[in-house]
Amino acid sequence: MKILVCIKQVPDMESRFKPDASGVWYADTDLAFRVNEYDEYAIEQAVLLKEQLGGEPEVTVLSIGPDRVVEAIKKGLSMGGDRGVHVQDAAAHLKDSWQVASIIAAYAAGEGFDLILTGLQSQDRGSAQVGVTVAELLDYACATTVVGFEYADGTVTVKRELEGGVKGTVRLKMPAVVTCQLGLNQPRYPTLPNIMKAKKKEVRVIPVAELLHQDQRVAPVEFRAPAKKGSAVVLEGELADQVDRLIGILKDKTAVLR
Amino acid sequence: MKLLLIGECREGKLLEYSYELFGFASQAGAETAMLIVGGDGSLPGYGGTVYLADAGKYGEYNPDLHKRLVQAVVERERPDYVVFMHTSYGWDLAPRVAALLKVPQVSEVVALAEGGGFERPCLSQKMRQVVKPQGTPVVLTLQGGAFPALVPGGTPQVQPVDASGEGRLEFLGYEAAARKGVDLTKAEVIVSVGRGVGKKENIPVIAELARVLGGEVGASRPVVDSGWMDAGSQVGVTGQTVSPKLYVACGISGAIQHLAGMKKSGFIVAINKDKEAPIAGVADVLVVADVMQFVPALTAKLAK
Repeated sequence: MKILVCIKQVPDMESRFKPDASGVWYADTDLAFRVNEYDEYAIEQAVLLKEQLGGEPEVTVLSIGPDRVVEAIKKGLSMGGDRGVHVQDAAAHLKDSWQVASIIAAYAAGEGFDLILTGLQSQDRGSAQVGVTVAELLDYACATTVVGFEYADGTVTVKRELEGGVKGTVRLKMPAVVTCQLGLNQPRYPTLPNIMKAKKKEVRVIPVAELLHQDQRVAPVEFRAPAKKGSAVVLEGELADQVDRLIGILKDKTAVLR
Repeated sequence: MKLLLIGECREGKLLEYSYELFGFASQAGAETAMLIVGGDGSLPGYGGTVYLADAGKYGEYNPDLHKRLVQAVVERERPDYVVFMHTSYGWDLAPRVAALLKVPQVSEVVALAEGGGFERPCLSQKMRQVVKPQGTPVVLTLQGGAFPALVPGGTPQVQPVDASGEGRLEFLGYEAAARKGVDLTKAEVIVSVGRGVGKKENIPVIAELARVLGGEVGASRPVVDSGWMDAGSQVGVTGQTVSPKLYVACGISGAIQHLAGMKKSGFIVAINKDKEAPIAGVADVLVVADVMQFVPALTAKLAK
């Protein structure tokens, strides 16, 4: 069995974001980057399946972006992936979801993956389009928002998270694409020996021009902070003072404190 | 301008948030038609054309078949926008429809922008981007709550719709929500734990504040996903929707699914180190502090 895990490197969401020179996306200077949270569940699910099947499946971890995304690929390898693919693209942030999906599908088309796992969405763009679009381009079955995963005899049975706490169970035959929702499993922390081993694993570099043959379908035109909707009273400064002021407000504005 | 709205049904009923599609259509000032895969009991209160596909034949959840139905109606209606809600149904089906029609898709739209653009959130709701699709029709998904629910009224003119194709997914059934633990919907005070509390061992500190305030303890999704608290405590779209008199969000940044579940609370206090966190947008008071320093100090003072 061949498994592909598609991951994205995203900035720490607690950062402050400013527009870049293009004015349509964030400037990446001084930001810390990490693996997209949803994608960590995808890596973990691939490794769990590999363990379930006695180590037989080969797990490939793919990421698109500038050189720094190799760090994200290495994390995937230190969690248990076998080899990496770095689609080198310094301007990945300007590609739309359609182009990103096309790049992945162009790579995967000749590789014969049985299962493709990815996060439900990225934390930065959050379109939730890429995984499904890859499935459509490869003509694979696909299930999204997955919070439960079982594999047996070429068939995948998943639980999809719906609204209001309801889940829907779906069975699909491989080849298949599954997009992972938070809570699907417990992503492992790489151990030091596995981090050392990951350094020796192969990371194949492919220039994006070899895989991208599609024009953009959605163009970014503006990037900014949301209009201030809230009129929150902001309490800053010294702790004891913050406590007193909050208690004063609660007494004044709510019936909760007498 | 013409819109094709894709309603969402579950077990023969039109889901309530499908009416937000009409709210969007009204803002866009557009002519509309709707498609639903359901039964006679799922028709909306709407006087226009409703294309009705039989849920018995096409399945509760069968995106391979549902996308062909959308395609069939698009060929008849020639809409400018095909509009879904950004829900488990919409985000599963919309990209399939966009790929099939070879057209652009914009996800989680929160507003119409000038010049044919759409405003959408990015970076976990902290920032906004405006994007412009190249080509038509455009497939859209709308953020829940971004547009008002609107019941246009009237009796629909029903048009049956059929499509051919094969479904590769087998739907096995629904599983209802786990409802153990407290019923947060009845609580007057809820103190909720977010990932900002740092670790599971810190939860009793937050629970003590809830006790002093005479309230219950809730949780954000990451806290439940990390196994720190039970799923029954989760506040949000996929957990419980609450409206207590006082909601205290401790170390919760404010993912959209959490905000949707608590923003109707009477008074909202957020305690967070990050002044820019999306929770600030719904809070009445934002305490900019480390939650593990502030909460014990607050509890101590209240307990006096």
